[in-house]
Amino acid sequence: MTAHSSVLSCTDLTVHYDNRSALRGVNVTIRSGEITALLGPNGAGKSTLLKVLSGMISPSHGWATFEGTALTGPHTGITYVPQRSDVDWKFPISVLECTLLGLIRSRSRWTPFSRADKAVAMAALHNVGMDHLAHAQIDALSGGQQQRVFLARALMSQSRALLLDEPFTGVDVPTQEMLVTILGSLRESGTAVVYATHDLVQAAQTADHAILINGEVIADGSPSTVFTENNLGETFGGSIVSIESLRAVAR
Amino acid sequence: MISWLTEPWQFTFMQHAFLAIMLVGVIAGAIGVFVVLRGLSFLGDALSHAVFPGVVITFILGGNVVIGAMIAAVIISILIGAVSQSDRIKNDTAIGVLFAGSFALGVALMSLQSGYVRDLNSFLFGSILGVSRADLWLTGAVGVIVLGLILIFRREITLISFDRVFARSAGLNLWLYDQLFLVLLAMAIVISLQMVGNILVLAMLVTPAATARLLTDNLRRMVVLSSCIGAISGVIGLYISYYQGVPSGAAIVLTATAIFGLTFLFAPGTGAISIRVRYRMHRGHPEDDRDVVPDQPVD
Repeated sequence: MTAHSSVLSCTDLTVHYDNRSALRGVNVTIRSGEITALLGPNGAGKSTLLKVLSGMISPSHGWATFEGTALTGPHTGITYVPQRSDVDWKFPISVLECTLLGLIRSRSRWTPFSRADKAVAMAALHNVGMDHLAHAQIDALSGGQQQRVFLARALMSQSRALLLDEPFTGVDVPTQEMLVTILGSLRESGTAVVYATHDLVQAAQTADHAILINGEVIADGSPSTVFTENNLGETFGGSIVSIESLRAVAR
Repeated sequence: MISWLTEPWQFTFMQHAFLAIMLVGVIAGAIGVFVVLRGLSFLGDALSHAVFPGVVITFILGGNVVIGAMIAAVIISILIGAVSQSDRIKNDTAIGVLFAGSFALGVALMSLQSGYVRDLNSFLFGSILGVSRADLWLTGAVGVIVLGLILIFRREITLISFDRVFARSAGLNLWLYDQLFLVLLAMAIVISLQMVGNILVLAMLVTPAATARLLTDNLRRMVVLSSCIGAISGVIGLYISYYQGVPSGAAIVLTATAIFGLTFLFAPGTGAISIRVRYRMHRGHPEDDRDVVPDQPVD
């Protein structure tokens, strides 16, 4: 695969929930070796778009493709990292066991996870600074630590596209920094990374590509070009102050 | 003491009863762990009522009521899954509608038969002392199927229980695994029905698993503990029933409840009294006993 080739794309995508449309006529392309930030207010359709791109939701109209092939369901080359609120954190499972479940698609159900699998999981946990808590219960973790475990589980599948739903929400600063570092190294290795966020500054600092969305795509391009007063006002409503400082960060 | 323990075993019906309740304790205890962790107690209670028409129809036709109940349970569990696919009907509403309707159908069918009061009684309160050799084989076979499928699909059942969005993104068919779980639950309920009856069957599913949850944070250990507690409650309950003349279903469930109560009070680390004692000894705050991993990472 060439650098920055198209990995995921969607064309004329529309998604309806009952009679309400969550996304209308969306056309976006996600490329390898890039970090794409998906920005918009609550209810803008960010999670819906991520779910379509991960093959979890079928669009009402239009289509999504992965590496040039129509996406008809979840694909082994794509890993989705859900919001932390989607998980029952009281469930009795350890950090290591949770991480190993990242291999659920690629391991036989007839045999237990091997020592090699556990070593891979420990390496993934080491990458996110969580190996010392491998045997802790997930409900004993802080929000930032939970997000790290999610990321470690996602790293297990070594997919070509990583989609993260609000990974920076409610996590501590060290975890945010660690996430940025890991996403950066995934970008270097050619992975297409997409994350949904409300945080303009975070996106300006970390993303190569920003998509402003509010039911439909408002703007799509590099953060320095799409973070304009008009675009941000149209996406988030109201007026955004200190646009220049934001664009300076992006530059 | 030895003779006190061995006396009931000289009767074949008691031997069958002991073996049956141990099997049921293990099976219901294992699947009950996921019922408790997923908060599906209402579903368990509903399924135990919803199988009633199957019992009645096989009773009328002269077949094995366990098989009739099993067929009814599978049909109802699939219907619950299908109705709750609607965006406007929540899962618990679908359960409520279908279980009440199904139970009413059973009552209507039963009332058309003569002598229905006696059989309704055995459906409501169980008839563990009437377990035949064939019933034992059937219970054993159901146990092998239920435990075998839990073992084979352990990762999928675990993942859909605590992280359904990731499970879906990983390509798991949630509807299919939910149906599998419902069918396994239905099978466990049906074999428990004959032992403790419809009213108390929920206790075989929920009480041992809830007790196990108080004792461990490890899922595998929780399944083993829950199964053991279910089987032990059954055996102790049967002894109490034999010597005190208490109905066996009630004795078994009361034993399980007593074990839960003792665990709730005295379990190391989580028991209400254990925490108070530790608090007194350390002069800390009871909430401090909760082990929270420090937020600061590490490297």
